[in-house]
Amino acid sequence: MTEKTVLNATHRAHGARMVDFGGWDMPINYGSQIEEHHVVRRDAGMFDVSHMTVVDLHGARTRDFLRHLLANSVDKLKVQGKALYSCMLNEQGGVIDDLIVYFLGDEFFRLVVNAATRAKDLAWIEQQAKAFGVAVQERPDFAMIAVQGPNARAKVIGLLHEVDRARIEKLGRFAAAAAQGPHGAPLFIARTGYTGEDGFEIIVPQDQAITLWNELVAAGVAPCGLGARDTLRLEAGMNLYGQDMDENVSPWEAGLAWTIALDEGRDFIGRKALEAQKAAGVPRTMVGLVLDDKGVLRHGQKVLTDRGDGEILSGSFAPTLNKAVAFARIPSGAEGDVRVDIRGREVPVRVVKFPFVRDGKPCEGI
Amino acid sequence: MSEIPGDLKFLKSHEWARVEDNGLIRVGISDHAQGQLGDLVYVELPEVGSSVKAGTGAAVVESVKAASDIYSPVSGEVVEVNDNLNDKPETINEDAYGDGWIFVVKASDRAELDELLDADAYAELIENEDN
Repeated sequence: MTEKTVLNATHRAHGARMVDFGGWDMPINYGSQIEEHHVVRRDAGMFDVSHMTVVDLHGARTRDFLRHLLANSVDKLKVQGKALYSCMLNEQGGVIDDLIVYFLGDEFFRLVVNAATRAKDLAWIEQQAKAFGVAVQERPDFAMIAVQGPNARAKVIGLLHEVDRARIEKLGRFAAAAAQGPHGAPLFIARTGYTGEDGFEIIVPQDQAITLWNELVAAGVAPCGLGARDTLRLEAGMNLYGQDMDENVSPWEAGLAWTIALDEGRDFIGRKALEAQKAAGVPRTMVGLVLDDKGVLRHGQKVLTDRGDGEILSGSFAPTLNKAVAFARIPSGAEGDVRVDIRGREVPVRVVKFPFVRDGKPCEGI
Repeated sequence: MSEIPGDLKFLKSHEWARVEDNGLIRVGISDHAQGQLGDLVYVELPEVGSSVKAGTGAAVVESVKAASDIYSPVSGEVVEVNDNLNDKPETINEDAYGDGWIFVVKASDRAELDELLDADAYAELIENEDN
């Protein structure tokens, strides 16, 4: 049974091409996927991300629980409303999921986790929460709309109640606050995203999501499909769970070392395995690849290096760069020529640091 | 959805064939297929002079989303390719039945044309696919 977000009929009425996306019937594009990509880099576009799972955590020991559950440290969250990106690991140091956690009160945190991993995430979180007496509450009553692009914030702020505008205007990156939207809709507005552009991710009660979507269209925000979201996040150097990492891959091997906090005395799940792997030497590393020739790098293609073979994780044509880029996992320490096997042809590629694109422009050396 | 030109014949895998006045067979993909693939970003053309076999891969088109083999509707020798697609693969999105043609074949067995779907049968095929 395919699941539908509350905006499903709205997408269809806008002429969206719908596809199955991890069990959800979602828009892949409304017209040209490349144009949708460019509108987010240059102006403002929006995505229905209501398939993502919102989980609220309540209880006196919620912070302690998250110090145990997450590889990044919630102790970095000192101000109410602040958000943190983290992996949730198993005992072997493999990634169960990546998520964003919001600090909303001394006894109240909110998680946003992936759609495709919903069931296993909830089971894992509930199992771990018991020892801390934390109540785990899924919030299927919410829809979520990501509004992204250099003009995204201004267009959203214009729709808010006047008393909220100045405060949301000042909202810092990776922080969230409540505000009143069109017709009094109670919105949870986070200055986060998955495109490499500025913007907001807005959590809205389901029954007010269609109105908000239509008001955003009227404010000049272009509906965009998940196809453009994928090329935008790849250019921005952001991982996709299931493609770039999973339960058999540690954050060290997935370009996520920056999200691991080995703070003194914090006993989080997977820490021992991560420390052991680091001490022994991490066998594989995630790198960026650029193909200067014609062709497209794709998931699953073989990467040939002087230290042995690797493989492409996320790969696509990058509309901002007008050439193909990819993430690849290759043996650590590989040097010199790197080639990719595209349909039996060995094509030279350049190994680069990602992100590939920042603030709408190609990064240096890409 | 644009009209399907009545003079075209189709493979079930969405390639079209048009018999030109000089007897050569021009090949492309249907408007329905380009819509399914989305924005095209790269076309791997066959080489002029290479031989192709009916129902097997002769070219590759890549959209942002995926790579797809393009089957030749007939066997024979490739006598011309649409070099314009090297710089403007999106021509297929814009004009699948016209300027977006991919290659031209000198057929070795014209009876293979009888195996293809006519425009009405192809229209029916994609209608069923959509439902």
